Amino acid sequence: MASDASTVAPLSAGQIIEGFRLEERTHQGGMASLWRVSSVAGNDALPLIMKVPRLRGGDDPTTVVGFEVEQMILPTLSGPHVPKFVARGDFAQQPCIVMERIAGSSLRERLDAAPLTIAEVVKIGTKIAIALHDLHRQHVVHLDVKPSNVMFRPGPDGQIGDAVLIDFGLARHAHLPDLLEEEFELPMGTAPYMSPEQVQFVRSDPRSDLFALGVTLYHLATGARAFGNPSSVAGLRRRLYRDPVPPRALRPDCPPWLQEIILRCLDADPNRRHQSAAQLAFDLQNPDQVVLTDRAERRSRHGALRTLRRWFAALGAQPRERWTPSQLAARSPIVLAAVDVAAATPALLQAQCQTVQRVMQTEPGARLACVAVMKTHRIAMDEPMESDGSSKHVNLLVQLKHWARPLVQSLALERRDEDARVTFHVLEAADVAAAIIEFARKNQVDHIVIGARSSSMLRRYLGSVSTQVVAESGCNVTVVRATE
Amino acid sequence: MNLALITDLHANREAVESVMAHAEREGAQRYAFLGDFVGYGADPGWVVDLVRAEVKRGAIAVMGNHDAAVVKGPTPTMTAPARQVVGWTRDQLNGAQRDFLASLPLVMTDADRLFVHANAFAPTEWAYVLGRMEAIRSLHSTHCRFTFCGHVHEPKLFHLAPTGKAGDFTPVPGVPIALSPQRQWLAIPGSAGQPRDGNPAACYAMFDTGSATLTFHRVPYDHEAAGVKIRAAGLPQSLAERLVDGE
Repeated sequence: MASDASTVAPLSAGQIIEGFRLEERTHQGGMASLWRVSSVAGNDALPLIMKVPRLRGGDDPTTVVGFEVEQMILPTLSGPHVPKFVARGDFAQQPCIVMERIAGSSLRERLDAAPLTIAEVVKIGTKIAIALHDLHRQHVVHLDVKPSNVMFRPGPDGQIGDAVLIDFGLARHAHLPDLLEEEFELPMGTAPYMSPEQVQFVRSDPRSDLFALGVTLYHLATGARAFGNPSSVAGLRRRLYRDPVPPRALRPDCPPWLQEIILRCLDADPNRRHQSAAQLAFDLQNPDQVVLTDRAERRSRHGALRTLRRWFAALGAQPRERWTPSQLAARSPIVLAAVDVAAATPALLQAQCQTVQRVMQTEPGARLACVAVMKTHRIAMDEPMESDGSSKHVNLLVQLKHWARPLVQSLALERRDEDARVTFHVLEAADVAAAIIEFARKNQVDHIVIGARSSSMLRRYLGSVSTQVVAESGCNVTVVRATE
Repeated sequence: MNLALITDLHANREAVESVMAHAEREGAQRYAFLGDFVGYGADPGWVVDLVRAEVKRGAIAVMGNHDAAVVKGPTPTMTAPARQVVGWTRDQLNGAQRDFLASLPLVMTDADRLFVHANAFAPTEWAYVLGRMEAIRSLHSTHCRFTFCGHVHEPKLFHLAPTGKAGDFTPVPGVPIALSPQRQWLAIPGSAGQPRDGNPAACYAMFDTGSATLTFHRVPYDHEAAGVKIRAAGLPQSLAERLVDGE
């Protein structure tokens, strides 16, 4: 049953390892096999699988060290975007990792169906970006993001739920020793998905994961590989200077904003990609806010001259400054300014503007989402207020932009290049606080700046939006008061 | 079992008190003192008494080069301020304290753990484990999976794979590191009594022998007070200053 190259005794169903009974082998891969298991004690809170490495010739460093790395990193991770770690088995006996079995399917299965609908590509991209942001916040870069390493929990109504990242055999934890650093003379990763900096032996940049996600989205949107599947180092290095065929050349109905996002992910320079997975998720969820550069309309690859210039530049290039995953996530926060442009006093609006300016100044990588909420009546759905509603909507947007003007100017937030750092959103909701909280959750917002109603009378009558936001949102909240 | 690893205490009572209190809060069940109990600081007697009392209760303690110098006279390679302190320290210690230092072993082992002040390849020559080459040399000299040493004042963790590849790592305080059973490890907790990595907070590490998990800690302490005592004792001014800078 196990391959004849295996040096350990073949495993069979019914066998007990580390207190877990092997039920059924569910997968046999080149590096490891997976078994459905249950604990002998019979008190499993979760369905479980056991991952058992295939040790070829007993001494294969790729498998052995990769497994060592996964045994070290997986137990430190938590949350819905990783399988929950349960137990590990020593190399002295039977090396293994027991973890939560994810019920859903791997993205690998959808790859064969590519090109997918644009809506599905965007949904998949958003979910993976959110999962990556959660991972990066836990100080870990995955470094092997690809369809077969992404699973989706089952969602409601047969939809896909949260993305789950699996296989941490190449991952790097910024606060733990990197056991792989010295082990190999060749770049480590999966050839089609490996970032240019991984090709240059950098194993610490979280933006490498965004590149790999970009390759994945490119494939899902076009059905083609962005950089082929090279088998030599020279072939891998080509992505340092050769840009991919723009997705719209292969798929004309790919919207310009999606091409903008994908090509930005695939930029050879990590400084020109999104600076955090949350910012990528934000763009995917707010397509009308994506600033389109020349990337968006490109129909062909760069010419020979430009490629040659980049080839020379790549020759002696060393990757520049390095950030740890959590540093980068913290350096590139998303700040939400919840502005009651219609009702707040001028003094409060000014105070809020100054506070937002201070917050934005401290972090050059910060992005600002300005949000106004248009209060709708719960029962007004079928009332003939369409035209009135839409003019109200536009009016709020105009006021919101007017409010932000001093900020945009003094912080140069709206340079006409790729780095749009400010976006404007008018939400329509019956419950203002709930709408702000939901927007913040959905867009991985780090910091909300909100004004407090000045009149205590009004507060008593209407309730305090800011109080509810402080109590219920998961992020930092600054409540601004006007000092009069 | 939680084993607290404390090294290069250097007669710094304020630092050692803070480290011991922190280790107790962290659930230390046993202590290992990796040498250099004296030298540089103003409280050699107090620190030697503390280590002696802990050894009576089962602690591990090995001899450092400063301890050896107080017993046998300074070595030729010692810096001028260090030599000056050796003479002063000798006068501060009573016979029992000096006898205790003289009785310390250079190396101790316990299960798969080796304790030594400088390195495992030539413990009496006090060569520093400054990089991977020395770490490999030290790990090759022992069958123990874990080597704990001091002498180098900056915290560091080295590892050696069966393939012969070694790595080094500057630990992040407070982050538990599961030491893989697949390789050998050499850990330098960093100096409790005279940190030198730019951070004045005292260093030590905690090793959970059951899960082979190592956590490096930094403990802030009243280094101003320790510096005042050094000046009051007439010891070199520079020794007080470096406690403030942690350099």
